[in-house]
Amino acid sequence: MNFDLRLPLGLIFTLFGLMLTGYGMVSDRAIYARSLGLNLNLGWGAVVLAFGLWMGTLALLARRKRHTKPR
Amino acid sequence: MNPTLSLGGIDYAILIIYFVFVVGIGWVLKTHMKGSSDFFMSGRSIPAWITGLAFLSANLGAQEVIGMAASGAQYGIATSHFYWIGAIPAMVFLGIFMMPFYYGSKAHSVPEYLRLRYDEKTRAFNAGTFAVMTIFSSGISLYALAKLLESLLHWNFNASIAVSAVVVLVYITLGGLTSAIYNEVLQFFMIVFGFAPLAWIGLRDAGGWEGLKARLATAATANHFAPGTYTQSWQHMGSASSNPMGVEWFGLAMGLGFVLSFGYWCTDFLVVQRAMAANSMSAARRTPLIAAFPKMLFPFLVILPGMVALGLMQDKHGGFALPTDAHGTPDYNMVIPVMLGHYLPSGLLGLGFTALAAAFMSGMAGNVTAFNTVWTYDLYQSYIAPGKSDKHYLMMGRLATIVGVLVSVGAAYLASKFNNIMNLLQLVFAFVNAPLFATFLLGMFWRRATGHGAFWGLLSGTAIAAIHHGVTLPIGNEPGVKGGWLGTVLHTYPSEMAQNFWTAIFAWTGCFLITIAISLATKKNRTDAELKGLVYSLTPKAVPLHEPWYERPVVLGVVVLGATLALNLIFA
Repeated sequence: MNFDLRLPLGLIFTLFGLMLTGYGMVSDRAIYARSLGLNLNLGWGAVVLAFGLWMGTLALLARRKRHTKPR
Repeated sequence: MNPTLSLGGIDYAILIIYFVFVVGIGWVLKTHMKGSSDFFMSGRSIPAWITGLAFLSANLGAQEVIGMAASGAQYGIATSHFYWIGAIPAMVFLGIFMMPFYYGSKAHSVPEYLRLRYDEKTRAFNAGTFAVMTIFSSGISLYALAKLLESLLHWNFNASIAVSAVVVLVYITLGGLTSAIYNEVLQFFMIVFGFAPLAWIGLRDAGGWEGLKARLATAATANHFAPGTYTQSWQHMGSASSNPMGVEWFGLAMGLGFVLSFGYWCTDFLVVQRAMAANSMSAARRTPLIAAFPKMLFPFLVILPGMVALGLMQDKHGGFALPTDAHGTPDYNMVIPVMLGHYLPSGLLGLGFTALAAAFMSGMAGNVTAFNTVWTYDLYQSYIAPGKSDKHYLMMGRLATIVGVLVSVGAAYLASKFNNIMNLLQLVFAFVNAPLFATFLLGMFWRRATGHGAFWGLLSGTAIAAIHHGVTLPIGNEPGVKGGWLGTVLHTYPSEMAQNFWTAIFAWTGCFLITIAISLATKKNRTDAELKGLVYSLTPKAVPLHEPWYERPVVLGVVVLGATLALNLIFA
């Protein structure tokens, strides 16, 4: 099947990662009282972003490989 | 009293984006659905890592996420037995020994395997009960999700049912099994990303593992158990009275570890269907083995939050409490929702809540895809309208999805009105499922087992389960749905769980012995040639493929079992 699941995985988690880290940077520090004072959005958002970028890169590499393969 | 989650704009944005993706995947896959084989079996074209994660995820519904955290808070680390002695060995067995027959037989479904191996009536019995069971399970997931949305977000119950049912309906009708599988993989990562920070911060708040141990020791002594009861999984299994589960090691190993786990993971078409969609025999065999690696670590994600909740509850002034019922008993099912609200700031809260909603929805979707396949192949095509065109069956599959979702909605309302009927139904399914593993074990490894033997063995196994349940009772319960309904109570179990495990043991043993007895008394109804590829001794051993060592099922199986043994020892 000509559909690489890593592409939507890469897209959605890159998007979520950007949203979380972005929100982590602008949000009021007071909301982190419940998470023991830790800015979890920034920290965990970066992990989610890294995963999204990794999946996306794998998908793009696989696509390039497919296109350059002689038929 | 119910806790409320207040979702902010970013949380709703995450929830909405997730469901746009879910439906979008169904939409993109629509163009790939050329025939019924694409729709029901994903054209047998999916790589192993995807079927593996979907295999895991299909089971990761409401019961797993909410239920395992609840058990973690009730029983502590002993809940890990569901994974480390239950699921993992069964998954390894499925991959190494059983998958060659499922995948190799070219059957479309588990009931169809039963037809090829035994006969028509055994298949009809399994297909019929399975179809009813999936629809009701799907309805129960839907009900639980709507209830959660109603109580946490104060959404309207009817609207919650409608929205969830429509999302599932749309993506499965469009993209069939492939859509369900792809979304299950997406959901797997959502669960990991949504719950890992929760488990981590909870453990940190409890003072790390050592701090949690100290808190749980207080909880254990308060409940008259040894201090380590909630943090040591094996040391208190010597007798049923020394642990809160009320189970001793034999009932645990035999009932849960052998009958229930093998029965579920090795014969339930809901999970086996994922492996059967793999793109090669090797990928099909690797599917449950790949799933076993993350499965092994899931206790840290779903049981640990429950243990943390139990630990934090010991500190009456710590500000952490579960909602209680009229008698003051904590509602353990609220562990995950309460912890989400307690620890996660807006942003991550959206991720965690979406993960929870996704789990419920995929629990429903998994059941619906299994239902439409069994309905179309095993009931409709076999008994109602054989010999129609492939296009006709594809259309029927889509129609079955719609009907399946509609009946699930009906079942969800039934659950909201008559909670007892649902309990009763789940009980009946347990009776049907427990002996099934004996039927498969004999079918795959004993060529003399006959159709009559299998059918009557299965039926009597089910009857034995019902009778056992009818004459036993968990302590502190009135005769009724919980057991003892045959009038006399011959034995009282220390807990409901112990009663379940022993019901399963009796049912399996009964089915096993009666299948053997009747098989020996009846004539073989399949020739050896017909049984080739279906029975172990009559199937030529697979030529070792030139796959790298890390892709060989036996190597993966040994690694998984070794790691699981290590986990058992570390937390013994």
